[in-house]
Amino acid sequence: MEDIGNLMQGFAVALAWKNLGFMLLGILLGVLIGVLPGLGGANGVAILLPLTFTMPPTSAIIMLSCIYWGALFGGAITSILFNIPGEPWSVATTFDGYPMAQKGRAGEALTAAFTSSFIGALFAIILITFLAPLVARFALKFGPPEYFAIQLLTFCNFVGMGRQPPIRSIASMMLGFALAAVGIDTVTGTLRMTFGSPTLLQGFDFLVAVIGLFGLGEIFLTMEEGLSFKGKSGKIDAKVVLKTWAELPRYWITSLRGCLVGCWMGITPGGATPASFMSYGMARRFSKNKDQFGDGHIEGVIAPETAAHAAGTSALLPMLTLGIPGSPTAAVLLGGLLIWGLQPGPLLFVEKKEFVWGLIASMYLGNIAGLIIVLTTVPWWAAILRIPFSIIAPVIVVFCAIGAYTVHNNMFDVAMMLVFGVVGYVFKKLKYPLAPLVLALVLGDMAETAFRQSMLLSGGSVRIFWSNPLVGSIVTLALIIFCWPFVSNVMGRMRSREPRAKSA
Amino acid sequence: MTEERETPAGGAVATRWVEVAVGLVFVGLGFLVVADSHRVGASWGDDGPKSGYFPNIIGWILAASGAWIAGQTIYRWKRLAGQVFVTYADFKPVLAMLLPTIAYVILIKLIGIYVASALYIAGFMLFQGKYKWLPTLCVSLGVPGVIFALFEIWFLIPLPKGPLERMLGY
Amino acid sequence: MVRRIFSRAFVAAGVAAGFAFTPFPAVAAWEPTKPVEFVVPAGAGGGADQMARFIQGVVAKNNLMKQPLIVVNKSGGAGAEGFLEVKNAKGDPHKIIITLSNLFTTPLATGVPFNWKDLSPVAMLALDEFVLWVNAESAYKTAGDYVNAIKGGNNGQFKMAGTGSKQEDQIITVALEKVVGKKLTYVPFKGGGDVAVQLVGKHVDSTVNNPIEAIAHWRSGSLRPLCVFDSKPMPYPTKVTASQSWQDIPTCKSSGLDVEYTMLRGIFMPPGVTQEQVDFYIDLFKKVQAQPEWKKFSEDAAFNATTMSGKQFVDWLTRAEATHKRLMEEAGFIAK
Repeated sequence: MEDIGNLMQGFAVALAWKNLGFMLLGILLGVLIGVLPGLGGANGVAILLPLTFTMPPTSAIIMLSCIYWGALFGGAITSILFNIPGEPWSVATTFDGYPMAQKGRAGEALTAAFTSSFIGALFAIILITFLAPLVARFALKFGPPEYFAIQLLTFCNFVGMGRQPPIRSIASMMLGFALAAVGIDTVTGTLRMTFGSPTLLQGFDFLVAVIGLFGLGEIFLTMEEGLSFKGKSGKIDAKVVLKTWAELPRYWITSLRGCLVGCWMGITPGGATPASFMSYGMARRFSKNKDQFGDGHIEGVIAPETAAHAAGTSALLPMLTLGIPGSPTAAVLLGGLLIWGLQPGPLLFVEKKEFVWGLIASMYLGNIAGLIIVLTTVPWWAAILRIPFSIIAPVIVVFCAIGAYTVHNNMFDVAMMLVFGVVGYVFKKLKYPLAPLVLALVLGDMAETAFRQSMLLSGGSVRIFWSNPLVGSIVTLALIIFCWPFVSNVMGRMRSREPRAKSA
Repeated sequence: MTEERETPAGGAVATRWVEVAVGLVFVGLGFLVVADSHRVGASWGDDGPKSGYFPNIIGWILAASGAWIAGQTIYRWKRLAGQVFVTYADFKPVLAMLLPTIAYVILIKLIGIYVASALYIAGFMLFQGKYKWLPTLCVSLGVPGVIFALFEIWFLIPLPKGPLERMLGY
Repeated sequence: MVRRIFSRAFVAAGVAAGFAFTPFPAVAAWEPTKPVEFVVPAGAGGGADQMARFIQGVVAKNNLMKQPLIVVNKSGGAGAEGFLEVKNAKGDPHKIIITLSNLFTTPLATGVPFNWKDLSPVAMLALDEFVLWVNAESAYKTAGDYVNAIKGGNNGQFKMAGTGSKQEDQIITVALEKVVGKKLTYVPFKGGGDVAVQLVGKHVDSTVNNPIEAIAHWRSGSLRPLCVFDSKPMPYPTKVTASQSWQDIPTCKSSGLDVEYTMLRGIFMPPGVTQEQVDFYIDLFKKVQAQPEWKKFSEDAAFNATTMSGKQFVDWLTRAEATHKRLMEEAGFIAK
């Protein structure tokens, strides 16, 4: 148990009071960064990176990784309160988090989100502590076909289950795919649908679309319904945390599934965003309360949050052991390591023991500190909803504009946000689901790239997706999951053909 | 939200018109995508699909689903007569949000995000919220002030600035 | 020079203390009056981004500039967005951009209207090397072994992973194909780190990673360098692995693979800035390069440490542009 000894030494490093101070500072900054849409973890870490050059590397990475945890916690806040996901992986949290807030259960939703984040992160850290080298080698098995398989699995898990008419889901998803294709094609460098405009070269960023569709669209709807966030003034007191905790153990299966999905996606590295969607999709599929999803069901908050954080945390593993960043934030941290003269890679665990174990110990402590900090602020966050709409609405729009601008530092995106806002309003009123659009926009490009890379490797043969047991089983599983609703639907119809015919 | 209502006083936009319009927009976008895909090559080449292969399929499905939605609406035209997308009375507040926001985005470009935000928040509070001057001033100056401190000074993230900020040396 | 020191000291007595430790006290009369945006026309985490953030750190740590340097990633459109932004910021001295080879390749491959002549060249910081890598478990011990294997195989049988499409890695691949006379299958990935891991995982046969992208895997014994695409071996004799240093890697030409390519890591400013302003940055980067941190960074990344500015740099750019144009024309990568 050499690892345990190393970890204890790590705790000694992380618990030095100076490092504890950096930890707290990092968490507070991180929550702030996570709350401001558009700033996000990657930006936040990048901005503060130069500040840390004068610190010892271990203190520096402790503070930066705590900013990362803080931002992960903070990202859920705006998703739940205002339907504005600050980070891509918070999108799935809005599906049920925002309806909960609208029903006056903001405190519960926030508590569930924070606690699930913590559980997901903790699970991933334990995994990193004991299985790091073993797990790292697994990531090497992932070539383009495997990536495609993972993305296919995410899609298949998510589609075909919405309550909206399927034709509208299809239209919405196709629109998302079409938007994702705009810009430079990664595989051949061809320009697609740019129509000669340099502005369109950058394509449509997912965050801009989401801020418009969800955030602005919601504000337009609220205006129509008469100037108030209805029904949000539910009672908020500190006891809500304890009450929610009493409820959470009931959903342990959802949490565990979220942890596993998240770790798997973080290590491979599929990323936190697909992880959150996949976990949400699975929770809905296996839940006894399928119908409540989308109306403010607590499982719909637990599932994506657990998975996103398990993925976000375990994404640091391929970064440290292989030098591949599992997320944009990890990419920036990676740059930091190089600047401090640390060479990420298989030898880091051997040559810089103190650093690695100090970091791992700080993951434990940072997440605990983060949980305590965010939980104590739950009543305050929930109280924001009591601010009158005619004050908070323009302020939200201002933050949306900043968020859209900072994605590419580009005014075009702010204008696009407005267009997406109108689209969001019209779609909501016509019952077009937005989730398929967003999912297609996030994964469309990645999936297409992985598919075409696979085709290059195989010389155009789709048999590559069954070329080894790993990829073959994921693809097969995805196809079974995809077909299942149709099969069960057809079977259901055959059974209830008579009554249906009558009602039609 | 498109539940059937009695035709309200003051008139309304019928859902069926919006439905058909959105459907036709999808058809248009779909064809645009298809046309562009053929420009870059929409076939399956020697080493897998070309750049336009997937967009081509996506474009066709998008156009088809748009046509289906529009067609379905026209087919049930009479039955959908009672459905209201939005009444003019309800749409007024939406416009009251939308138009100032359009102006706000244009203003960001012209005079920078900070001044534009102050004007936008102040306008909204005065005209929508019927607040008095004092609270309006506090919020409309306070919020951009805090944002300025956060972004420009603390985090060093440059946001769009205008003549006022330049005068102050930023 | 001496007068400049004094004028600088009067203007900013407050930071003079910081400069006392630097061996290059001379500073041009102009200096930034607000934070300087350091545009990176590539995503966070890539080679150019790392270098920019490293410079940002060195500048901040050693107090080389009164105003902070802010790194802004504008990766859209293969970097076109970043270049266009700088091109359109005419006369703005508070904006600089670090370039990679997409300075030449993006306008040629996409037809986006910009050219390095639209920008004000400041300085070349270094040239990034490219090394031919194979998996350490493969049978190819030298570049010659690998070339012979390609020659003996079928077209498209050997797979080369690289960063991006119609960019440096693919240009080298095409040049290599011409020399060998057989086609390779080029598979593009988003970042250099991904590319190296694909080779470690044996999903492809070779890569042309930059040294820094692959060094960790070389040291851990997963990858093997075959040759460097430069005119002479890299000048770093410190042992990287137990038995080998960067210097021990032969040039590709000497191994019978006559391909040379290096990538510019240079600094540009928007058009219409004054010579005085350009001089400030030339000077700033000289100071950066004099820091021990830079020397270590250079060695870790095994850069070709050629630096230049002024006319010499412009001449180099003109030649490099012509080379890219020729290579890309031959490969059929030019946008119609």
